[in-house]
Amino acid sequence: MSEAYFRVESGALGPEENFLSLDDILMSHEKLPVHTETPIPRLGTFFLDRSGGAESDNAIPEGSKLELPLWLAKGLFDNKRRILSVELPKIYQEGWRTVFSADANVVDLHKMGPHFYGFGSQLLHFDSPENADISQSLLQTFIGRFRRIMDSSQNAYNEDTSALVARLDEMERGLFQTGQKGLNDFQGWEKGQASQITASSLVQNYKKRKFTDMED
Amino acid sequence: MFCEKAMELVRELHRAPEGQLPAFNEDGLRQVLEEMKALYEQNQSDVNEAKSGGRGDLIPTIKFRHCSLLRNRRCTVAYLYDRLLRIRALRWEYGSVLPNALRFHMSAEEVRCLKDYGEFEVDDGTSVLLKKNSQHFLPRWKCEQLIRQGILEHVLS
Repeated sequence: MSEAYFRVESGALGPEENFLSLDDILMSHEKLPVHTETPIPRLGTFFLDRSGGAESDNAIPEGSKLELPLWLAKGLFDNKRRILSVELPKIYQEGWRTVFSADANVVDLHKMGPHFYGFGSQLLHFDSPENADISQSLLQTFIGRFRRIMDSSQNAYNEDTSALVARLDEMERGLFQTGQKGLNDFQGWEKGQASQITASSLVQNYKKRKFTDMED
Repeated sequence: MFCEKAMELVRELHRAPEGQLPAFNEDGLRQVLEEMKALYEQNQSDVNEAKSGGRGDLIPTIKFRHCSLLRNRRCTVAYLYDRLLRIRALRWEYGSVLPNALRFHMSAEEVRCLKDYGEFEVDDGTSVLLKKNSQHFLPRWKCEQLIRQGILEHVLS
């Protein structure tokens, strides 16, 4: 069944997210720190501890520091920063960038993200002066980690890889799984199973029909 | 924050293992649409106030709600589209006979028969006698053609 189901892929590593991608929707739900540059009336109920109260028309005051989801920050941001300005999350700032450049492999990117690369790429929309350094850091981090991901996905046939996978971000996990699938398909071909027709995995899951194996 | 229910729908689908179709979350979808209606009405009112009441300071608020409306729309469309992809995959894998377990996970549409159409066979082999003014509960994809042909009338509940 997974052979017939083609989900909409993430576009987050490129200039824009894919509108229909569930992965991108989840990624853009992650939060980042922002500062309000103007009061926002009538929405104070969302941030009660900061609300200006009834005299300000229940506003979120100017100069509040908030955590907003990426989709909202993107929507309210403009290059004149009239409504809000955006701060970089720590893992994309200089301190962590230095850690990554020292040894990218030791970091648990799932804990840092879990959409480290996708979120980081979309952060570039906010015109930070550090954009060039951020994008370099994303690229170099990936280059540093890629070799190990590829090697282990090709050499861990039927082994328990959960310890390694736990430290990968979502994009890296996708790569790892693709590698594993390639490996498994190849092993199947070597054993001569490639020409064997089997019940689709979805059908087996629902336990409705059984095909008898047919061999050429 | 707005759009929490919409995120629930997306997560529900994302969680479902490769290609399997969870039950159609009709209630969840209804709640998202209700939130969209409320946001839209609040914005309409605030836009009027901004224009004629001189409340230009409401513009950030209006933008905030507008972003939430767009987000709700995105989540809803992506939810429906992903279900469509899964249903298509099921069709390719199963052929035209859909197991009952799956059928119950899909939304069904109520139809009323406008003419005496006679016996109508649904794909799992059961027949339905379509007599004038009889009401039936049929899967959407099966009635669509007959509704188009004017034989069945879609009853909205």
